[in-house]
Amino acid sequence: MTNLVLFLVLAVVAVVTALGMLLSRNAVYAALFLVLNFATVAVFYILLEAPFIAMTQVTVYAGAIMVLFLFVIMLLGAERLPGTEPLPWQRPLAIFLALVLAVEAGYLLFARRAAGGMFASAAPDFGSPQAIGTMLFNRYLLPFEVTSVLLLVAMVGAIVLTKKEKGGRE
Amino acid sequence: MTQADLYTLLPLIVLVIWACALLLVDLLIPRGRKGITAFLAALGLALTLGLTLAQVSAAGTAFQGMVVLDGFARFVNALLALTGLLGVGLAYGYVRRMGIERGEYYTLLLFSVAGMMLMAQAADLIVVFLALELLSIPLYILAAFARPKETSEEAGLKYFLLGAFATGFVVYGIALTFGATGTTSLSGIIAAASNGDAGLLLTIGAALILVGFGFKVAVVPFHMWTPDVYQGAPSAVTAFMAAGAKIAGFAALLRVFGLAFSSLSADLTAILWTLSALTMIVGNILAIAQTNIKRLLAYSSIAHAGYILMAFVPFGNAEVLPVSVAAGVFYLVAYTLTNFGAWAVVIALEKAEGRGLDLDDYAGLGRKYPALAAAMTVFMLSLTGVPPTLGLVGKFYLFRAVIAGGFYGLAVIGVLTSLISAYYYLRVVVIMYMREGEPERVSEPWLNLTWAASALAVVLISLVPAPLFAWASQAVFALF
Amino acid sequence: MLLQYIAIAILIFLSTALAGLVIVLGELFGPRVKTNVKSMPYESGMTPIGPGTRRMPVRFYLIAMLFILFDIEIIFLLPWAVVFRKLGVFGLVEMLIFILILLVGYLYAWKKGALEWE
Repeated sequence: MTNLVLFLVLAVVAVVTALGMLLSRNAVYAALFLVLNFATVAVFYILLEAPFIAMTQVTVYAGAIMVLFLFVIMLLGAERLPGTEPLPWQRPLAIFLALVLAVEAGYLLFARRAAGGMFASAAPDFGSPQAIGTMLFNRYLLPFEVTSVLLLVAMVGAIVLTKKEKGGRE
Repeated sequence: MTQADLYTLLPLIVLVIWACALLLVDLLIPRGRKGITAFLAALGLALTLGLTLAQVSAAGTAFQGMVVLDGFARFVNALLALTGLLGVGLAYGYVRRMGIERGEYYTLLLFSVAGMMLMAQAADLIVVFLALELLSIPLYILAAFARPKETSEEAGLKYFLLGAFATGFVVYGIALTFGATGTTSLSGIIAAASNGDAGLLLTIGAALILVGFGFKVAVVPFHMWTPDVYQGAPSAVTAFMAAGAKIAGFAALLRVFGLAFSSLSADLTAILWTLSALTMIVGNILAIAQTNIKRLLAYSSIAHAGYILMAFVPFGNAEVLPVSVAAGVFYLVAYTLTNFGAWAVVIALEKAEGRGLDLDDYAGLGRKYPALAAAMTVFMLSLTGVPPTLGLVGKFYLFRAVIAGGFYGLAVIGVLTSLISAYYYLRVVVIMYMREGEPERVSEPWLNLTWAASALAVVLISLVPAPLFAWASQAVFALF
Repeated sequence: MLLQYIAIAILIFLSTALAGLVIVLGELFGPRVKTNVKSMPYESGMTPIGPGTRRMPVRFYLIAMLFILFDIEIIFLLPWAVVFRKLGVFGLVEMLIFILILLVGYLYAWKKGALEWE
């Protein structure tokens, strides 16, 4: 019951912030709405008992990625969106796809649900940070270490492509 | 983690440590002396090559089934280390001449080779994905290395955007494959698929992964980025990218399609057939109109992706596939040597500000620099597939295998498109010998060594190709 | 199940309330005289010229990029920290290798002056 109330409140917040993001004419405001939306989604993840994903959502998406978004918006000097639509076919297409998604979701919820449980419930420990840690540091050890090399290369790339090679300084 | 795990990945681990150390050591090397960095990078690659060749006892899978060491991995790793060495050799004088000499060039090249080697050893789709990224990201950066030159920046950006797009396809495909089989391990996929409980989802997953790989190895219709990127990137980068990405892509195709998805042959054979035929036709026909040597070689590289893809068309035919894959591996060796040789000649004639890259700039080369012109002739003949060159032997093995698989139509297309390609490859030769001109070439020891050694290898190995083909076959047959 | 997050919820509530309180107090007690001149952007006393927004230098982007990369490192540290004892020395070595590789990147960025503001 508590969960249902929490969900409904959060759902309203999530939809409102998403709409706020879409409808703001100022790209910076849109980005800030998106931060709020990400935070709400993170709480959804907690409700779904996926705390690790919730943590990632807040730290990486609402935190780092959004900082990058904001910088890129300012870097391009595109805070104010033009009044005209650059891609006129985009809006009808988006509406159509949203309808398809809504119909599919409705079908899954109402038609399939009658035939029995839709989702097998996961084991209680599934997706917990402990379970992920155990998996990551045993079975997925090698991919984990390769990731660090990947991050290193990305770092080198970011510096090589943005830093000027200065004559006198080293 | 045990000693066996470390042994399996030893060359790769050494290479990564070497690259990390080089990144830091390079900070201490003053500007203008970056030749030291190049030398150290070459030393690391030579060490990797030595360790790869020393890994005689195949150890099977390691790191909980994430990677595998077998004859194929050894062969491809050795070829990749050689590719890296040639890449460093070509870059050494070139980056200095073009004013883009920075130590990171060599470090990034080492990381890219590491990614390619990881791809050759991957036994799990997660590792395939990580290897794909590890080999691609340094290439994106290297393509834009001549910034703020606009063409180079454009090349880097284009390559990055389309590469990221392609990676998205691969990830989506991996997700669907995981959904269909409940595992990302390649051997697990084989087991799940042979139970017959995979179905349509697995096919869609495989198709999406194929699209992603198709982008990476520049298969038509996913080739759009290639000419611009190959032309805009610094020539030394293009040479490395053309060979290295093809080898790694081939390894990925073999690991994922040749082995894991072999139960899907009914669905995928026709698709691979079409892709291969389209790539050969479109690549060769579009190459005819090119007047810039870099673009010409870019389209030539697309066309060769089609020939190499042929090796996978007898997919699911357990008799023929090993032979055709062995032929494909052999073809890769031929392509790598020829490719580096041809790019070495291009680099020898390239001037700053992108001059010296038109076909007209090759006029008179035959009279003024007979050796260089002779080498270029060898490479052009090899790319066409004319004796006495390695290109002919490679095509012979490939076509023979495809015919043995019963794909006569594809073999005919292969021969016909080779004939078309003769037109534009031989035009380069004609311009070099028949037209008057005053070309200026650059003579640097490593550059000269690259084209001279490549030309010699292309001719000499073609005279006695059997040992190399036997080695390639031995490397491949153990897989099936 | 959700009760374990109560501390976070209280923290969020308190920080939001505090921020709101500060704004409300400022609005209530601060003297406010709105004139056209006062609502103009401050530019060292002169009349501002051109649009108020301008393109930011690429330096910001580099900082954001480095931030993301180290942020992802934190994400990997979390699942390690919760099973650290269970993993033992082996887990410690794994994490040490991971951090060492990223330390290389950190040293590189530092030496290259990527952490300095010109």
